[in-house]
Amino acid sequence: MIFPFEIPLLLLLLVTAAGAILVKDLMSSVLLLGTYSFFLSLIWAWFGAVDVAFVEAVVGAGLGTVLFLLTLFGTAPKDTRLRRPPPSLVTLIVFPLLGVLMLYAASDLPGFGDPNSPASTHISPTYIERSYQDTHTPNVVTSVLMDYRSLDTMVETVVIFTAGIACALLLRRESK
Amino acid sequence: MIRPHDSIIVQTLGRFLIPVVQIFGLYVLFFGQFGPGGGFVGGVILGTGMILSVLIFGHGASRSQIAKNMLHGDGVGMLIYAGIGGVCMIGGGEFLNYANLEIPGLEDAARRSLGIVLTQIGVAVDVAVTAVSIVFSLSAEEIIEDSING
Repeated sequence: MIFPFEIPLLLLLLVTAAGAILVKDLMSSVLLLGTYSFFLSLIWAWFGAVDVAFVEAVVGAGLGTVLFLLTLFGTAPKDTRLRRPPPSLVTLIVFPLLGVLMLYAASDLPGFGDPNSPASTHISPTYIERSYQDTHTPNVVTSVLMDYRSLDTMVETVVIFTAGIACALLLRRESK
Repeated sequence: MIRPHDSIIVQTLGRFLIPVVQIFGLYVLFFGQFGPGGGFVGGVILGTGMILSVLIFGHGASRSQIAKNMLHGDGVGMLIYAGIGGVCMIGGGEFLNYANLEIPGLEDAARRSLGIVLTQIGVAVDVAVTAVSIVFSLSAEEIIEDSING
């Protein structure tokens, strides 16, 4: 099922992704990557995954761009232009082949919103039925993340904590 | 090190914008049970407000002191999250089973709702501190070491 809004959004997504790779200036590349995240978040919102769209917009288009820009300012103030060698023969053969394989596999995927697909028959109905009476939380995504799968979320928090510690250990220099 | 921004437009707008961003972050954090949002996004927005004040007013400004002091709280979010799990175990249940939070006068579902709020605060604190910490790591090495050690 194709929505009329999807096609221009997907085209913009493709254009910004290709632009972020092909453009010669690193600064423009970073800004195009932020635009790409923004269009991607619009697509998530269009699919109904509002929480994912929110995270994508805030982290991908907001925080990620700021971190990339700070890295650029901190490392290479002058020489931010890129020289790219032409793609090798292996790249030209393998990547189109991979794309064809993925398109071939995508034809076997269940349709969007299919009630008989494995993802919506296993445990999701139980969550959706019992979430409110179990936890008094109208947002099912939050109740699954923070209550039913709380241990997973805790380990994800550990991952973020570890990332912050690793950045501090690697990047902060000794005081003189 | 980041110096204060020259433009008066940016400074005035920042003075107005930063509290709005912070309040919106708190709203997203506590509204996550009823709509889109939650601990992760709320934490990132709260951290982004601090980052904005550092980028606009510089590292030395008094407005950036909150962000600088926040760096001492690295790990507090994890402590809150795992601490809630520990309290659940003290209440006689499994780790992170919020129905065992020993609060009189609340039924099981309300306890689990409260547990979700508390753990979301933990996630938000952890994410906000990490975001600010990475920005400080990328931009001001000497300054931050001085402020922590001295």
